[in-house]
Amino acid sequence: MQDKFIEAFKEALELENEVNLSDQFRDYDEWDSLARLSLIAMLDDEFELQIENAQFEKLETVEDLLNAVKKASA
Amino acid sequence: MAELRFQNIGISGLAAAVPANTIDNYAYTEHFPAEDVREIVEKTGIKERRFAEPHQCASDFCFAAADRLLNDLSVDRSEIDLLIFVSQTPDYRMPATAVILQDRLGLDKSTAAFDLNLGCSAFIYGLSVVYSFMQQGAFRKALLLDGETRSRVYSPKDRKTGFLFGDGGVAALIEKGDHFGESFFSLHSDGSRESLIKIDAGGYRNPSNAETVKEKVVDEYGNMRSDEQAYMNGADVFNFVLREIPKTVKNILATAGLEREQVDFFVFHQANSYMNSYLAKKMKVDPEKVPVSLDKFGNTSSVSIPLTIVSELQGVLPSAKKVLLCGFGVGLSWAASILSLEQCYLSELIEVE
Repeated sequence: MQDKFIEAFKEALELENEVNLSDQFRDYDEWDSLARLSLIAMLDDEFELQIENAQFEKLETVEDLLNAVKKASA
Repeated sequence: MAELRFQNIGISGLAAAVPANTIDNYAYTEHFPAEDVREIVEKTGIKERRFAEPHQCASDFCFAAADRLLNDLSVDRSEIDLLIFVSQTPDYRMPATAVILQDRLGLDKSTAAFDLNLGCSAFIYGLSVVYSFMQQGAFRKALLLDGETRSRVYSPKDRKTGFLFGDGGVAALIEKGDHFGESFFSLHSDGSRESLIKIDAGGYRNPSNAETVKEKVVDEYGNMRSDEQAYMNGADVFNFVLREIPKTVKNILATAGLEREQVDFFVFHQANSYMNSYLAKKMKVDPEKVPVSLDKFGNTSSVSIPLTIVSELQGVLPSAKKVLLCGFGVGLSWAASILSLEQCYLSELIEVE
């Protein structure tokens, strides 16, 4: 699950560098409102998951995102 | 369950008018760096838009389209018994623009005329209302006019919405006839998400005042708008579309007893190409059957579905026996329809100077 998520996450945001679970993903140069659309599509496509904005704004790190995905598919 | 079904009522003609004033989105760089603009244009797929001149209203494009359509089809104007104007950018707060258009178009005083206030779902909602009236024996012909000047609704200094919207208007003539066959509509609403796409002030809840027209920085990215300009929570709109639209499309196909493959064209609201492409992929719809006009006109709200038909399906409508329309957005409000456009006449796209 973790590997699949990280791979899909990197692809959605077109990240070239290594991704660490502790990364604050909003600090990435690649992060903007367009990257957000890619992330929404990826979560829907790969994990059948939609995260409403109010909930999404509480997620800060890559690990937070991963946990949201894990929780939804549990 | 707001599902409607009609027999032998249909669109006999459709015309569309857009402003001649063409905006090159790549060069729309007054407020943002060219590099950022290019990225937005590539992802949204909106390369050009049409902007109304200051003196032009949504109704002017509808008038041009309707006048052309009625002339092209040599329609006796005294036979128009109903005129509905669909828009969220009317001429005035009162009277209703439909009433003004009744006179401008030279229609009889016995014409029923009123406005319908909805956004991206409105063409389909409007059709369902017109079809319902047309079930009355006395109604001969009806006009559905649908126009928007969305370019004026959003701030050019808000990058989330400043590159998306454009203007235009359409006219659809609706008549009775055995050849139209059966049509299906499904209508939906979710007012709990009213604030996803909204203009906060300028209505009667928060009336216009000196504060509401002031431009303000609204987020950490420096985007600017006033409370009388619209905002959109694009992320949650996308979430909504992914959650509801595939379901809505699946259900209306089932109601009509059709498989996806039996539909000739899927005409979706033209929001942005990233979302629309993903949506088509998710629903496993053949991209060849999904006409696109947003590269030329952007998001024109309710106008985008009929405008796409006029601009992209010219010459191929005789093969459009089963067309699925689906509009979704502000409200939130969404609607789908399956109907035949086989017998629909299309006027050539009009450009208004």
